[in-house]
Amino acid sequence: MTSTSLDVERIRKDFPVFSRELPDGRPLVYLDSGNSSQKPNLVIETMREHLALHYSNVGRAMHVLGAESTEAYEGARDKVAGFVGASRDEVVFTKNASEALNLVAYSFGNPVNTDPRFTLGPGDEIVVTEMEHHSNIVPWQLLAQRTGATLKWFGVTDEGRLDLADGVITERTKIVSVAHQSNVLGTVNPVVELARRAHEVGALILLDASQSVPHHPVDVAALDADFVAFTGHKMVGPSGIGVLWARAELLDAMPPFLGGGEMIEAVWMDRSTYAPAPHKFEAGTPPIVEAIGLGAAVDYLTGVGLEAIEAHERELTRYALEALREVPRLRVIGPETLEARGGTVSFTMEGIHPHDVGQILDDQFGVAVRVGHHCARPLHLRFGIPATTRASFYLYNTTGEIDALVRGLHHVQKVFA
Amino acid sequence: MIGESMYQELILEHYKHPQGRGLREPYDAEVHHVNPTCGDEITLRVKVDGDKVLDVSYDGQGCSISQAAASVLHELTTGSSVAESLSVVDEFTRLMQGRGQVEADEDVLGDAVAFAGVAKFPARVKCALLSWMAYKDAVVRSAAQ
Repeated sequence: MTSTSLDVERIRKDFPVFSRELPDGRPLVYLDSGNSSQKPNLVIETMREHLALHYSNVGRAMHVLGAESTEAYEGARDKVAGFVGASRDEVVFTKNASEALNLVAYSFGNPVNTDPRFTLGPGDEIVVTEMEHHSNIVPWQLLAQRTGATLKWFGVTDEGRLDLADGVITERTKIVSVAHQSNVLGTVNPVVELARRAHEVGALILLDASQSVPHHPVDVAALDADFVAFTGHKMVGPSGIGVLWARAELLDAMPPFLGGGEMIEAVWMDRSTYAPAPHKFEAGTPPIVEAIGLGAAVDYLTGVGLEAIEAHERELTRYALEALREVPRLRVIGPETLEARGGTVSFTMEGIHPHDVGQILDDQFGVAVRVGHHCARPLHLRFGIPATTRASFYLYNTTGEIDALVRGLHHVQKVFA
Repeated sequence: MIGESMYQELILEHYKHPQGRGLREPYDAEVHHVNPTCGDEITLRVKVDGDKVLDVSYDGQGCSISQAAASVLHELTTGSSVAESLSVVDEFTRLMQGRGQVEADEDVLGDAVAFAGVAKFPARVKCALLSWMAYKDAVVRSAAQ
């Protein structure tokens, strides 16, 4: 075992799932946190206690439970804001990162809005990258279809880095939307440089930080971004809660997304005025308990320390890249060095389909990985492959679990030899 | 273990040494089917003469289950009558959709009984059925010509 500054054995005790066995007595080896992370007791208990003792609707109920619920919900917003170095009014709760990305996409080309930064039509350009998750591609395709704007993208090099060619971001670019860290390659993109290029031409920049915020210390101000989207369930929080951060001045300029209760100031039969951000973007009863659970997740991660988590994952990634190099006919898709890279490692095995790899790893070794295109089909097309097997690490993983993965892969090769 | 029962020797044998693989002339109908959840795909051609299936040729990519199923399909259908082959397809479909609770009729299915273990994995049933559904589609199209 390689030692890191984290007491992983103690951390694992915080996560009830690691005390269970799989059918037939197999141990659980969970290497799928890039898909969704497991939950610590602190999150589970905080949500349970809120549901049991403090639950009511937020922001409108004039009674003790309403006050307690509102305080906990808004308290979660404070925690999330603190976690990414933001001001609380700049933190919008959404259902997930996809909704956060869609919220921004729908702000553009909306005739309700006259702010020139958000107007969009034929001749204007939207820029994404070839390594995006579908949730950071499809909303922009839809926007291009609605408005007649052009969708452009940065390509990806053979090493799995962005090909930062000139001429992609131009004077016509209105919005650049890019993953902070790739959910397939593990690549951490040079987002500060991209922000500089975007701002140089007067465009705005949105970061899909779903794969970075859970694993690295992230400070939205230091990123120089205009919008940052991430999701709760990948950072030991519950599903059903996501976050959009945006500079306050932009949230003010943007039109509302969904209409409904809580997002208004006053309503007449023929018109409405809207609440200030962030509530302007939180129509209807929000995912109250999920937000509170995310607040607890932030407490948990902060207690462990993001620097320590980052260092631990770096050690796991170093170990995994070395161990996988020893597996014959295995090809890593993505950077093979630790430089600007997170703890997600995808690979192919010659002559063996990832679904067969994943099935045997699961059935016989209890190793949970993700197989398929990981909602990044264009990236797989770029590499000329239909699918990959992906192992993704988090604070509770050990080098022993990577050994189990490698043992499993050797067995897979034996089955298909 | 469960996985061992799904990856029967016979399935692995067909995957490593597919029978009748490759698209051939002449043919009456060609279809292309995909499984959007995993990207498995198959192009399949049938050549029918009267009631006799003269050739089933195919090409595709995907997991061992989908590719082996196409190979077994080729063996079971080529040279048989259209009606017979469709009853095999029906029996195979019944087995695959039976959630592991259906007893396979080995007399009808022959080598295809090796896929019985796949029925216990809902996510993989579509892999096994991909080429068989493509065959059914191709036969219908060839009859319509």
